[in-house]
Amino acid sequence: MTATPRHSEFLLPGIRCAGCIATIEQGLAKKPGVLGARVNFTTRRVGIDHDAVLDSEALREELTALGFSAEPVREEAAAAPSGEEEQDRGLLRALGIAGFAAMNVMLLSVSVWSGAEGATRQMFHWLSALIAMPAVAYAGQPFFRSAWGALRRGRTNMDVPISIGVLLATGMSLFETIIGGRHAYFDGAVSLLFFLLAGRVLDSAMRRRARGDAAALLRETAPGGTVLLADGRTEWRRADRIEPGMRLLVGMGERFAADGIVEEGESSIDRSLVTGESAPDPVRQGGLVYAGTLNMDAPVTLRVTAAGRDTAMAEMARLMEAASGAKSRYVRIADRAARFYAPAVHSLAALSFAGWMLAGAGWHQSLLIAVAVLIITCPCALGLAVPVAQVVISGALMRRGILVKDGSALERMAEADRVCLDKTGTLTLGRPVLIAPDIPDPQAASIALALARVSRHPLARSLARTLEGQGVTAAPVDEIVEVAGMGVEGRWNDGQHQDGTGRLVRLGRPGWGAMLPVDTFPTPAEGTGDMLLCVLTVEGEAPLPFRFSDRLRPGAREAIARLDAQGLRPLLLSGDRQEAVKSVAREVGASGVGGLSPLDKLEVIRDLGKAGHKVLMVGDGLNDGPALASGHVSMAPASASDVSQTAADILFLGDSLEPVPLTVDAARRTLRVIKQNFALAIGYNVFAVPLAIMGFVTPLVAALSMSASSILVIANALRLRIIARGAAPSNVGTAR
Amino acid sequence: MNGLSFLIPIALGLGLAGLGAFFWSLRSGQFEDLDGAALRILIDDNDERPD
Repeated sequence: MTATPRHSEFLLPGIRCAGCIATIEQGLAKKPGVLGARVNFTTRRVGIDHDAVLDSEALREELTALGFSAEPVREEAAAAPSGEEEQDRGLLRALGIAGFAAMNVMLLSVSVWSGAEGATRQMFHWLSALIAMPAVAYAGQPFFRSAWGALRRGRTNMDVPISIGVLLATGMSLFETIIGGRHAYFDGAVSLLFFLLAGRVLDSAMRRRARGDAAALLRETAPGGTVLLADGRTEWRRADRIEPGMRLLVGMGERFAADGIVEEGESSIDRSLVTGESAPDPVRQGGLVYAGTLNMDAPVTLRVTAAGRDTAMAEMARLMEAASGAKSRYVRIADRAARFYAPAVHSLAALSFAGWMLAGAGWHQSLLIAVAVLIITCPCALGLAVPVAQVVISGALMRRGILVKDGSALERMAEADRVCLDKTGTLTLGRPVLIAPDIPDPQAASIALALARVSRHPLARSLARTLEGQGVTAAPVDEIVEVAGMGVEGRWNDGQHQDGTGRLVRLGRPGWGAMLPVDTFPTPAEGTGDMLLCVLTVEGEAPLPFRFSDRLRPGAREAIARLDAQGLRPLLLSGDRQEAVKSVAREVGASGVGGLSPLDKLEVIRDLGKAGHKVLMVGDGLNDGPALASGHVSMAPASASDVSQTAADILFLGDSLEPVPLTVDAARRTLRVIKQNFALAIGYNVFAVPLAIMGFVTPLVAALSMSASSILVIANALRLRIIARGAAPSNVGTAR
Repeated sequence: MNGLSFLIPIALGLGLAGLGAFFWSLRSGQFEDLDGAALRILIDDNDERPD
């Protein structure tokens, strides 16, 4: 029975609090076969040790029973940690080593500075060398590797001056120690590494968290589907396990996990996530459906024609890959600074060496001074200036439900001068909301609720939610049956029919209700083409239509106005009909273009780019993927399709559109602080470099000035946290 | 000078002990769920709660 224990991991996007952790861990522990479960709140995962008799499907069901939707991430027994995790751990180990070395070498250095002489100083220098050299060799690797990589490709980055400075300082100090000289810079070399590694660790921790959250969201759209096996059984499979030729059962309100042809059933399909088109599209036998679209009316059986990486999404992926070149060519601000900084620093050091040689100081003295210049100018503060500011602002944004996926995203965001927005699902909620009647007749409402709450149809669910929100209680309706593709019907016991049969009531398609004997059927009003409609019919009474529409996100108008005020000139790009786009554009006060294919959107953004604009693209649908990838920077709501979430640099949770201007604001403030930090670092150099060139910089002065400038830069970056807290309050945190 | 001969090893030994403790905590996964630790303190772990 107890075979080799296995380890499974699941993503849990829904965990929010300590209660969830306790429920999951204690609930799973009670299940026979489970040896132990541990929730990782940071990465929103649970790791389960279990007997081999339990497969991941059983565990997934168990988690669902506990009330959490879970996605399996790893099925192999005791899988090796991924490369990124290993890298993060390596950085932490290096930080530990550098911290240990910095403290102990500093301890020894302080005694030297306070006047240790002769044999004592010599011993302290040797001890420092013994501690510092292995530490530099180990903890310096991240910088050496990156610097070597850049140099090999004929480029330079921040790590080049860092590596040269650290290596030269260590080498020079070793030489000094061997000849019994007075000055050794071991403390400078290792504390420099310590400070810089601290910046790296912060940076990678921030990105790992954003990645974890993004991965959790990524799976939500179409994680998999129910496959109909040859022997008639059904089995739930992950999207990447579905193969062409399989038959897929897709229930109402479920997303298609693969491309395919409808074999049985008739339904209508919501393609809004894929094309931006807001009105549902009918399909019947032989009709083609695409992965990621939503099945609205009735269950259908699908013959899979393309799955996984071969779906129509793959075409999008190719377009996106071609479009994202601009982003990979983007040079981060720190590296741009390094382009000027590194050559300047190195020539300065070389010049001071040559100058002192000419002045007749001897090569030993000259080299010592040149190394002092390198240590003083080593971009410790510059290396911290960017990561610290970004970690602080990303943390502040994350608390507001905004996830920054890419390190350079905020830098690019700060440069944006145009914003293009998708309509369906981005500017609007992308789901039907009841718009009329505002307050339905109470009797009709209670009947409608009784019928609507049994159905999974999106309109029914929206109606039920709205009515329940208004405090309506369901009427006594019996014998409720859902008629696929039509609606829900039942018998309403109004207390007048003594035989207990009740009156026939129907909620569903307009045409369906009309088959009942009714007074009159209202003709659909003109100009409601983009509206969704369902009708409540009570036997012998006039039918009551409920109208739905895809409504604007809350705060959409304010957000657009703010973007306009920020000088971004909002432009709507949509695949929906021109009139629908125009009316929404008028409503929010932006200009808009409709009827665009994914390629058209891409072209619009490219043209803007060619005209010298930096475009911020905000979109959610599959059709926005290429546009998101080609924008200078892009944002997507967390409700977006897989593809868009992959393409977007920044994701935001919740219904409000407020995060978009908020992020623009935060990005601009961050850039300002980064520039201030650069100014501080350069100001410090202007002050300290002449001292170093004149030969006044002893190891003590170097250690003090380096720490002081680093702390100054960190303190300045921490101000961002305070500003971010004080920024306009928003309801972003209340996700879904 | 005599004092130094055992003070320095002690200082280094303490430093190494700290480094060892850091590595141990790193390997035992204490840096993997920094947010969860803050929440776990709120979980009641006695099974027979009165309510």
